[in-house]
Amino acid sequence: MKWRKFLSVASLAVLFCMVAISVQAKTFVYCSEGSPEGFTPALYTSGTTFDASSRQLFDKLAMFERGTTKIIPGLATSWDVSADGKTYTFHLRKGVDFHTTSFFTPTRQFNADDVIFSFMRQFDKTHPYHKISGGSYEYFNGMSMPDLIQSIEKKDDYTVVFNLNKPESPFIANMAMDFASIHSAEYADKMLKAGTPDEFDQKPVGTGPFVFVSYQKDSTIRYIAFDKYWKGRAKIDKLVFSITPDASVRYAKLKAGEAHLMPYPNPADIKAMKKDASIQLMEQEGLNVGYLAFNVTVKEFENVKVRQALSMAINKQAIIDAVFQDSGKIAKNPIPPTIWSYNDKVKDYPYDVAGAKKLLAEAGYPNGFETDIWAMPVQRPYNPNARRMAEIIQEDWSKVGVKAKIISYEWGEYLKRSMNGEHSTVLLGWTGDNGDPDNFLAVLLGCDAVGASNRAQWCYKPFDDLLMKAKQVSDIKERTKLYEQAQVIFKEQAPWVTIAHSIVYKPMSKQVVDFKIDPFGGHVFYGVDLK
Amino acid sequence: MIQFFFRRLLDIFPAFIGVTLLTFSLIHLIPGDAVELRAGERGIDPARHAAMKVEMGLDKPLYVQYFKYIGGVFKGDLGRSFVTKKPILEEFLTLFPATLELSTCAMIFAILVGLPAGIIAGVKRGTVFDHTVMGASLTGYSMPIFWWGLLMILFFSVHLGWTPVSGRLSALFWIDVDTGFMLIDTLRSDEPGAFKSALSHLILPSIVLGTIPLAVIARMTRSSMLEVLKEDYVRTAKAKGLTPNRVILVHALRNAMIPVITVIGLQTGVLLAGAILTETIFAWPGVGKWILESINRRDYPAIQGGILIIATLIIFVNLGVDILYGIINPRIRYTR
Repeated sequence: MKWRKFLSVASLAVLFCMVAISVQAKTFVYCSEGSPEGFTPALYTSGTTFDASSRQLFDKLAMFERGTTKIIPGLATSWDVSADGKTYTFHLRKGVDFHTTSFFTPTRQFNADDVIFSFMRQFDKTHPYHKISGGSYEYFNGMSMPDLIQSIEKKDDYTVVFNLNKPESPFIANMAMDFASIHSAEYADKMLKAGTPDEFDQKPVGTGPFVFVSYQKDSTIRYIAFDKYWKGRAKIDKLVFSITPDASVRYAKLKAGEAHLMPYPNPADIKAMKKDASIQLMEQEGLNVGYLAFNVTVKEFENVKVRQALSMAINKQAIIDAVFQDSGKIAKNPIPPTIWSYNDKVKDYPYDVAGAKKLLAEAGYPNGFETDIWAMPVQRPYNPNARRMAEIIQEDWSKVGVKAKIISYEWGEYLKRSMNGEHSTVLLGWTGDNGDPDNFLAVLLGCDAVGASNRAQWCYKPFDDLLMKAKQVSDIKERTKLYEQAQVIFKEQAPWVTIAHSIVYKPMSKQVVDFKIDPFGGHVFYGVDLK
Repeated sequence: MIQFFFRRLLDIFPAFIGVTLLTFSLIHLIPGDAVELRAGERGIDPARHAAMKVEMGLDKPLYVQYFKYIGGVFKGDLGRSFVTKKPILEEFLTLFPATLELSTCAMIFAILVGLPAGIIAGVKRGTVFDHTVMGASLTGYSMPIFWWGLLMILFFSVHLGWTPVSGRLSALFWIDVDTGFMLIDTLRSDEPGAFKSALSHLILPSIVLGTIPLAVIARMTRSSMLEVLKEDYVRTAKAKGLTPNRVILVHALRNAMIPVITVIGLQTGVLLAGAILTETIFAWPGVGKWILESINRRDYPAIQGGILIIATLIIFVNLGVDILYGIINPRIRYTR
């Protein structure tokens, strides 16, 4: 009798424990690399800030399908483009709720007023929120939106029209970028009336999959799943960003089971991570390119044969082995393979010292010449060690008689001087913003970008005409053809030596399921689950 | 005593002006353009560049910027961060409790271990204990903090699993942070286990940060004890038949404490300013890490404001030490 009683009590206890475990909240801990600058994505430019804000808290009119650069409807269910490519009409989604938080309870659902507020704050210099929190909208300005947009109109509660000054096919991709996050106009009004508009940017309210709970500077950011999210509730209940700047410590936290996922591992730790049975390691090519740009306004590099010769003189595989170790892949095009219109038929210059010498002789430099290589002073995803890379190139070029001096400046100075074209050759790179080829080709090699982000100072009309044409066409197949042709011309003209695309590694706990690497380098936790 | 206090207080003023001038000039000597750095690879057109310089107040001559800054300081306005756009004082006050909590625990650890170790080593001069303490303190003093911190994490947190790796509190506890002092906030919260978690997060960073002060205190206490133990009044005390403990703790230690207090005062300043590496390794959200990040981002107001407040604190700690001398040894306040 006693045994029976004991067994029934014991089984009840086991049942209780099982129920308790099953109802325990699923808390996902992301070991982030730094602190966000704030929570209004339009005000900032860093990926760390976007991870903490736009990628968890907000939605945009158009969105990128998780893990791809494909554009899908977001807060706009569809959009129409006028025949002249200058008018974009967005049809907005109905029934979308804003977050209810401890500091704000919305009284209405998302509508056109929110879209108008989110863009007019950035566009209209007289808008009451334009100057709040410093009011610098670097991405909005950087993507030339003030020049592009003529006006934004609300047609009705669920229709918004953007009138542009000129046709711009990448416009839809721009609408999916972080700066285009949609905020609550009602919340903004409330904060303005309360005399605390600054708080609007520190205590965010969005329509995204997670609700902001709290932020302890440099320590933790806490979110909970949004029950009324229009795409369905997130699979995890709580999301915590545990801010840990040192990569070795992030790895230690992952190993100790204190975090589920860490970004930006040390390249030196990758080998150990691959062997580590306690973690899983995902990898993907990054949306970036590392390059060496020839300044085509410098006498020697005006000659295309010299550029081709020096491209052939570089042993890229040696660079990948020495500088990137396991985390890079040779680049042959100025856009990464993950972007649509990547032209795989393009043939890269082979590593051919004899061929390079021959071309140099044909160009009138049989004994080479003296030049410089600028090496970045900082580590970037597309170039983990520019100094080492420059040394390898210096050594390679010396074999064809070209004597190069390595030069470096402080990062801000480096960017400024290279923009002014003070270099002969410069090492730099680019990480894509919106997955559109235009974001690489026009921004880095277009005639409009000479004296700015076009470090080769290269303005080549046949190439630029193709880019201009592609901007005015909305049919993706036609655009693809134009960009493929542009890549062929780029390779022939060789304004850059395309060096590498980095490989992005994401070490995570074996408990993590359904995580997808974001090609833009971000971290999106909607759709992720824990075993 | 009051006169002595005010005299010391007046000495602070030139030190304070010196700090502002030095920080301001050094920051502007660092090469690099704060605007360019924010624009990154994208670059920035000259018109926008000029507009941003105006927005950031960098368009004026340096001396104008300096006087504007000093004017603000005297009104209690340290400016706003270029990055977060928040007032500097607010940012500092948010982070300072974390630094203060860590520095206090590190100092308590350093005193609790360093002082007795130094006393015993001094009393038992030449013994194995003395050699061990001196050897260990030399090693502790020479240890690179970054390496030492990582070693502790790998051994105690990853290998043994005894302590958490980094941070101030386990991610499982969602408590309201009111005071910024995690030990107090967790005690006030009704989450069971939160205080224990906060305490366990303090162990490794306190040991790592407290290692150098511990070594310095132990060595200083030992040498000071050795000096004092040779004094006539100690011999007299022994001859009077006092117990050895009473001779050491009452007669010798009190006199040996003056140089030790100086060192503790100086080390407190070092702890407040020098927690940068420890805070970075242990992801400790304090002012050290914040200033380091501000330097990398050329966030001039944050660097200037942060250094100014810390320097002021160090000046006041030293003033406190000076006053403490006066209390311990009245001859000091009369001779100055």
